[in-house]
Amino acid sequence: MSSNYFDIIRSGINTTFQDKGRNNLYHIGIPFSGAMDNRNYLLANRLVNNNLDLAVIEFAYQGPHLRYFGEKINFVITGDVIFFIKKKDTEIEGNCYESYQIENGDEINIVSTNKSVYGYMALGGELDIKFQWNSCSINTKANIGSNDGKKLDEGQRINLKKINSNKDIKKINYINTKIENIRVMKGTNFDYFSEKGKQIFYEKEFIVSKLSDRMGMRLEGPKIENIVNTNIKSEGLIKGVIQVPADGNPIIMLSDHGTVGGYPKIGAVASVDYDRLVQIAPGSKIKFKEINLSDAETLFKLYQMETQNLLSQI
Amino acid sequence: MIKNISNLGDAAVYCDFGIEVNKSINSNVIKYFNSIKEKKFKGINNLTPSYNKLIISYDLKLTNFNEVKNFVESINVTDSITSVSKKIEIPVCCNETFSMDIKRLEEKLNLSREKILENFLNKEYFCYMTGFIAGMPFLGDLDENMRAERLETPRVKVPKGSVALTEQFANIYTFESPGGWNIIGNTPLDVFDSSKEDKPNLINPGDIVFFKEITLDQYKNFNEQ
Repeated sequence: MSSNYFDIIRSGINTTFQDKGRNNLYHIGIPFSGAMDNRNYLLANRLVNNNLDLAVIEFAYQGPHLRYFGEKINFVITGDVIFFIKKKDTEIEGNCYESYQIENGDEINIVSTNKSVYGYMALGGELDIKFQWNSCSINTKANIGSNDGKKLDEGQRINLKKINSNKDIKKINYINTKIENIRVMKGTNFDYFSEKGKQIFYEKEFIVSKLSDRMGMRLEGPKIENIVNTNIKSEGLIKGVIQVPADGNPIIMLSDHGTVGGYPKIGAVASVDYDRLVQIAPGSKIKFKEINLSDAETLFKLYQMETQNLLSQI
Repeated sequence: MIKNISNLGDAAVYCDFGIEVNKSINSNVIKYFNSIKEKKFKGINNLTPSYNKLIISYDLKLTNFNEVKNFVESINVTDSITSVSKKIEIPVCCNETFSMDIKRLEEKLNLSREKILENFLNKEYFCYMTGFIAGMPFLGDLDENMRAERLETPRVKVPKGSVALTEQFANIYTFESPGGWNIIGNTPLDVFDSSKEDKPNLINPGDIVFFKEITLDQYKNFNEQ
């Protein structure tokens, strides 16, 4: 029985444990999973003096309300998130990217993400949760990972295995940039679509649908017409692939996506834009912009360097 | 054997073995899959074999398209690398509680229920791939007269264990999931077991599968034996 733990007063909408995800399992039907916004996941761990591959709490839209019991511990929230810290008689509004120390009886209330989707809470220590295939990441669809593969629920307890002795408070100035233009490369079935369909894909705006989740981002807008076949023989998918089913509305594969699919692929999102893509909230507009492979590779390198830079400043 | 290699986005190599679906093409895909897996090339973090494609995903922080493409082109795939194929019996109950789409199939195929089940049960199936959801096997091939399109409107929830048909293929829903295949029965057997980390899938690509009909009573008692 752990003596340091959180009780979940309110669980939030889709609160899960996530880490770097799991590799080499696509062939048996298991996707990567892992934190949706990788940069914010890494920053969260660094800000509480954790190893960068530890599990954190990921939430979407509304986060959890937690009460802590145990010895002093640091925590941090990353993303664009509104949250409050309640200590005995005082309640303060917290800042993202700034770690705080809490003690027995304190509460953290993560009210909502601000015009974004995912936020992260890292604790200075290690969660006492189960690994499955070298990852704690919860995949609620396949019920894989820690917490029996289920999202966190009210009344549950989150136990800590270890608390970091380094309790230095850390802070970084960072603002999440929002994007509307998503850079994409041509998909392997690009020629399945009519000239008009291709033009719509690159020139028109699409709206992110409410039906988006960790598996996929569904888009609504002008229909993209297919002139060859609206089905292909099922084949592998990766994160960021954009499939267009018969109804003409594109779907972007996200971290918990089905490992194979039978809809034609019109494009694939450049890795550089993935962290910011997943943060685009339902109802927002997005537009696709074509880039070539070598530009995509260069841009990703720059993005990685920027992430490393941020981490080294902490 | 690979007809064309291209990029799928900036973090995957797309190997196209053709458009036909047959065992010979599929076994080439599996040979490449096994060879690449064995060689553990730096940065490759996933391989997805399917009927006639192999997708190789990599970590763009560690490698890139050209490096992985060159590696794939340099591989000498020999016949010695073949996966061990197993023969697996799957109990299936086709009682009307489970065979939700049998009436639809009777109409579409213009065959009686008895004939459909007879055709389905008297055959061995080859596992081309697993995926979509964890452990789901894609089995083929059904006879020409057994091939039906998927449902016009997919179900939001297909029960775990459902055995279903579409076109020349049969599959098994390893857990509850959305899906649009024609359901003809249900197996009480766990085809995917996440507690067995080293071997969660009962059926793997290259395996031979056949179905054995069981009664509703046998189904109900199956997991109590």
